[in-house]
Amino acid sequence: MKIVSLDPRVARTEKVEGTVELSPLTEFQTYEVFHQKKRGEQHEHVGIVHAPNDEMALLFAKDQYARRGLCVNLWVVKSEHIIASSYEDSDIFDTTPGKTYREAGGYKVMDKINKFKGKK
Amino acid sequence: MDNTIALKNFLYRLADDHLILGHRNSEWTGLGPMLEEDIAFSNMAQDKLGQALALYEILETLGELPPDTVAFTRAENKYTCCQYVEHPIGEYDFSLVRHFLFDHAAYLRFEMLTQSSCEPLAKLAAKVKGEIKYHVMHADIWIEKLGLGNEESHARIQSMINENFNLALGIFESSADEQEIISSGIFAGEELLKAKWLEAITPILNKSNLKLPNENTWNPVLGGRNGYHTNYLQPLLTEMQEVFAIDPSAEW
Repeated sequence: MKIVSLDPRVARTEKVEGTVELSPLTEFQTYEVFHQKKRGEQHEHVGIVHAPNDEMALLFAKDQYARRGLCVNLWVVKSEHIIASSYEDSDIFDTTPGKTYREAGGYKVMDKINKFKGKK
Repeated sequence: MDNTIALKNFLYRLADDHLILGHRNSEWTGLGPMLEEDIAFSNMAQDKLGQALALYEILETLGELPPDTVAFTRAENKYTCCQYVEHPIGEYDFSLVRHFLFDHAAYLRFEMLTQSSCEPLAKLAAKVKGEIKYHVMHADIWIEKLGLGNEESHARIQSMINENFNLALGIFESSADEQEIISSGIFAGEELLKAKWLEAITPILNKSNLKLPNENTWNPVLGGRNGYHTNYLQPLLTEMQEVFAIDPSAEW
């Protein structure tokens, strides 16, 4: 069996061959959900919700992602508004793990610090 | 003046409303109109059970039996929930309108109860007010979207408001101890709550192109607060109490 849609309202309708024009009432858009645990901290991406409009996206985000644990603020953004890099270009990140000199840990300073402390 | 009996009766009415409606609304779990809404509605049903539990716990400190015992072993006519909460979930339009009408009243009631002379109740009210505020936000958005949706959604919500309204007025049924409850500062009274409720729901309905039924048709469905219930309550209780009845001493 081919699954046309996981949305029961669509799954119940008669099978249609070819492409189907999606309308907002048969397939809701998705929203990306961002969750802030504490005021002042960054919002973190936690997942998506299906919703017919902005207000309901916010409601559903609360129940999907903020009913357990701490939350002080939620953002929802239409998934279509996310601008993403392409996986085809993921080779631009290939050498990143090797660049340890860009990490704080890449600098060996403890010797100097201990030497300085020793002088005192 | 000792008002313990009046306070207990008041707490039972409130707790029973939340227990029965929480149980009713949980019947939507797995059947909601879409996954996200299913989770949201179930989550709010759980909140209601939590509120009922907290109220039964206050009752326990006043000498009543433990929450599980009072929730699961009383006879039907000992429950003092309003009849509105007993009614079956119907189609989603019925459940949504009940959610809207009941939760507005619940939110305003808990807001008033933050001033209660019963300190544990005032503390509880302050704690759960935010929870119910979200329930109201959820209901308002649904009512607005369906009221302003298409012809079918508007017609169904309006006819449900008409059908639900007298049942909803039963939430504010006055009891024999009403004056004592008001004078002892436990709660400012059902009439005041009803007035605040009408003030709160009217603008939301107006904005959603919906209206309250004509005032000369208002006729509250009463009896629940005195233990007179519809035929819907006993089957609900039988199902709800089934597991507890098998082994009342079971530990979870």
